[in-house]
Amino acid sequence: MAAAKKTTDQAATDSKSGSHAPPDFTKDEELRALRDMLLIRRFEEKAGQLYGMGAIGGFCHLYIGQEAIVVGMQMALKHGDQVITGYRDHGHMLATGMEAKGVMAELTGRQGGYSKGKGGSMHMFSKEKNFYGGHGIVGAQVSLGTGLAFANRYRGNDNVSIAYFGDGASNQGQVYESFNMAELWKLPVVYVIENNRYAMGTSVTRSSAQTDFSKRGISFNIPGEQVDGMDVRAVKAAGDKAVQWCRDGKGPFILEMQTYRYRGHSMSDPAKYRTREEVDKVRHDQDPIEQVRNRLLALGVSEQDLKKVDAEVRAIVNESAEFAQNDAEPDPSELWTDILR
Amino acid sequence: MPIDVLMPALSPTMEKGNLSKWLKKEGDAIKSGDVIAEIETDKATMEVEATDEGTLGKILIAEGTQDVAVNTPIATILAEGEDASAAPAPKAEKNADAKSVENKSDATGDPEKSPKSSDIKAESHPSPRKDTPEPDPEVPEGTEMVMTTLREALRDAMAEEMRRDPDVFIMGEEVAEYQGAYKVTQGLLQEFGDRRVIDTPITEHGFAGVGVGAAMAGLKPIVEFMTFNFAMQAIDQIINSAAKTLYMSGGQMGCPIVFRGPNGAASRVAAQHSQDYSAWYSQVPGLKVIAPYSVADYKGLLKAAIRDPNPVIFLEHEMLYGVSGPVPKLDDYVLPIGKARVVRTGAHVTIISWSHGMTYALKAADELAKDGIEAEVIDLRTLRPLDTETILNSVKKTGRAVAVEEGWQQNGVGAELSARIMEGAFDYLDAPVARVSGKDVPMPYAANLEKLALPSVADVVAAAKAVCYR
Repeated sequence: MAAAKKTTDQAATDSKSGSHAPPDFTKDEELRALRDMLLIRRFEEKAGQLYGMGAIGGFCHLYIGQEAIVVGMQMALKHGDQVITGYRDHGHMLATGMEAKGVMAELTGRQGGYSKGKGGSMHMFSKEKNFYGGHGIVGAQVSLGTGLAFANRYRGNDNVSIAYFGDGASNQGQVYESFNMAELWKLPVVYVIENNRYAMGTSVTRSSAQTDFSKRGISFNIPGEQVDGMDVRAVKAAGDKAVQWCRDGKGPFILEMQTYRYRGHSMSDPAKYRTREEVDKVRHDQDPIEQVRNRLLALGVSEQDLKKVDAEVRAIVNESAEFAQNDAEPDPSELWTDILR
Repeated sequence: MPIDVLMPALSPTMEKGNLSKWLKKEGDAIKSGDVIAEIETDKATMEVEATDEGTLGKILIAEGTQDVAVNTPIATILAEGEDASAAPAPKAEKNADAKSVENKSDATGDPEKSPKSSDIKAESHPSPRKDTPEPDPEVPEGTEMVMTTLREALRDAMAEEMRRDPDVFIMGEEVAEYQGAYKVTQGLLQEFGDRRVIDTPITEHGFAGVGVGAAMAGLKPIVEFMTFNFAMQAIDQIINSAAKTLYMSGGQMGCPIVFRGPNGAASRVAAQHSQDYSAWYSQVPGLKVIAPYSVADYKGLLKAAIRDPNPVIFLEHEMLYGVSGPVPKLDDYVLPIGKARVVRTGAHVTIISWSHGMTYALKAADELAKDGIEAEVIDLRTLRPLDTETILNSVKKTGRAVAVEEGWQQNGVGAELSARIMEGAFDYLDAPVARVSGKDVPMPYAANLEKLALPSVADVVAAAKAVCYR
C-alpha cells in the first residue's frame, strides 16, 4: 500500500492544465471573482463558527478551498441555465445568487431559510435562481441534472444544465447510466467533477481505478478536460468552452476540476488521513482567493480597495448570521405542509 | 470590540473538551483559517481554526485545561488598533454561558432530551389523514360503454393526456419501437413521435433519475418500468428524490411524475419477477399510490395520475392486462385519486382488497352468498392516500372485516387496514379483523407451489366465515 500512498501525494499538486496560462480577466472580472469567492469563504467560516456554537445541527460540509469552481463556472453561464449539486452545496447557492440570509437561516433551521427550515444544509433549492439542490444521496444529482438537460432539449431551448459532483460520486453506477443517456440523446449537460482528492477520508488513489476523471466519459464518447480548479480564470475558460459545446447541440462535456478542500469532510472530521503540511502547501501555493488578490494588486488596485470588498462581504455574512440566529423556528403547523401539492 | 474565540463543538453530541495545545501566542498575528489551537473531543484531536483576522489578544483558557464547556471563550482576537486590555473578559464569559445554555437544547438533536413545545403541539395538530375525496363523477345516463382491454385503456389514457398536454411524455424500456413489453404503449410512437415516446437503455436507476430531473424542471414524465421488480434499482430516486423534494424545498420544487408498470405476481416467473410493492410505496409520505382493478378505473385513474402535480406510483397487474371491461365513452373520464369504491354491498362482512386481489374477493363473495353470507366488497383503488372513511363506514355496518392482498403479511397493507379499523371502529367490531395474504416465502416457480403461495378464493371464504363465526 506504500506505493499507492506515494501516488496520492504526487497527485496532490499535479495540474495538467497548468502548462498553458488561461486568458486574463479584466479588472472587473477579477473584482467580481474576488467578491464572490470571498463571500463563499467568509460565509463558510461563519457557518463553521455557528456549528461550533451549536446553532447549526446535523451535518455541515464546508466548501472552503473550492470557491473558484462555482464562481468561475457561474461566470460562464447565462440566464436559464440550471445548477444542481450534492451535499457540499453552500458555495453553489451563493454563486447562483441565492441570498446569504436565506441559506444561513436554513442551516440554523429557521422559518426564513430557503426550505423554511425543513431541508437543512444538504437540501436547499431556488426555482428563481435555477438552483435545483442540494442533494444528500451521493451521485443522485448526476441523473437529476441529466434530467434537467433532458427538459432543455425537450423544450428546444439552448439552456445548459451544470451537474456538479465529486471524485467520490464519480464511482456511483448511476453516473455512467446518465453519461450513456446524455451522449446517446445529445443532452446539454456539463458534468463538473470537483476532484478535491478525498471522498470523505478515502483518497482518490485508494478509491479510483482511473484517477484521471476527465477520461471517465471516454467509453461513451464524451469529451473531457482537466482544469486547474484553483484558478478561477482557468475554470471560466473551460466553462465557456464546455457550455458552448452543449449549446451547439453536441451533447455533454466533462470538466474535471482539480481542487482541494481545506476543511474536513464534515465538521466532525479531524482529517487525519492527510497531513497538515499537505493542506498548508495548497493553501500557501494555490489559494484561489490569494491568486486573484495578487493579480489585482499587480493591476494597481489598492490594499484599501481590497479591504473594502472584504468589509462588504463580512457585513453580508454577519447580517446573515444575525438573522439566522434570531429568526423564529418554523411554526409547528409546517410539519404537515409541503408533503403533497 | 475584541472578538471572542469560543470553545467549538465539533460534533452534534460534544458538550465539552480538553484544550490540549495553543499553537499561537498572545500578540501573534492571526489570519482567518490559521490553526490556533488543538482540542481533544470525545472522538479525536481537532484543530481550532480562526474565523477572524487580527492579533491574538488574551488566552483565556490555558493549554492543558480539561473539560472546557462548549462556547466558553478561550481567547480573544483583537482587530487593528485594539489592545488586550480592551477585552472585558468576565462579561464576555457571562454572555457566552447564557448562550451555551440556550444553545444546548438546540444542539443535542435528541428529542428525548429536548422536548420542544412544537412536538407537543404537533401531536394535537390534525394529521392530514382524514381525506374526504370527491365521489366518482356521475357517468351521464345513456353513455355508451365500450368493452376495452386493460392494456388498451391504459394506452388510451396516456394518448388522451399526451394530446391534451405537450409536457407529458413517456419513457422506458421498449415503450417505443417494440410497442411496449406488454404492448401497453402500442401506437404511441406512431402518433407522438420519438421526441415524446422514448426508448431508454436498460438502466432503471439512471432513467428514473432523468425522469425526476425532467419533472423538477416542470415536464410531466410517465416513466414505465417493465415491471416494478426492476424499479428496486431505481427506488432511491423514487423515494429520496421524487417523494421528498417538495418537503425538503419548503414547497418550492414539485415533481409531477408517474411511475407505472406491472406489479406483483404474474405467472410462473418465480421470486425475482413476482413481488408486490403495494406496502413498500404506500408507506412513503410524498407519494400517491394507485392500484386499480377494473378497466374503467385504470383509465380514469391513470388520467388523474398524469394530471396530478405529485409523484404517483401507478401499480398495474400483468394478469389483468388482457381482461376486457366496459369503459364509458366520454371525452374526458377522470376519476378522483384517494377514493375507494364499494363494488358490492352486503350486511354481514366487509372484504377489502385492490388490484388483482379483487378477483379473489369478488369470487369469494359469490361463494359466500350461496351460504347466505352477504359480503360487502371494497376496492381500495388508491393505497395512498387511503380512503379510511369508506372502509370504516362499511365496517361499522357489518362489524366484520377481511383484508385480502397478494403481498406478504408482515407490515403489509392488510396490517395497516386492520390497525385503522381497530383505531376507528373498535366498538363496532364483532370479531378480530382477518388477513388473507401471500405466504411468507419468496415466490416459487413450480405451478403447485406458486398456487399455494398466493391467496385463493377458498382462503378468503374461510376467513370470512371465521369472522362470522360460521
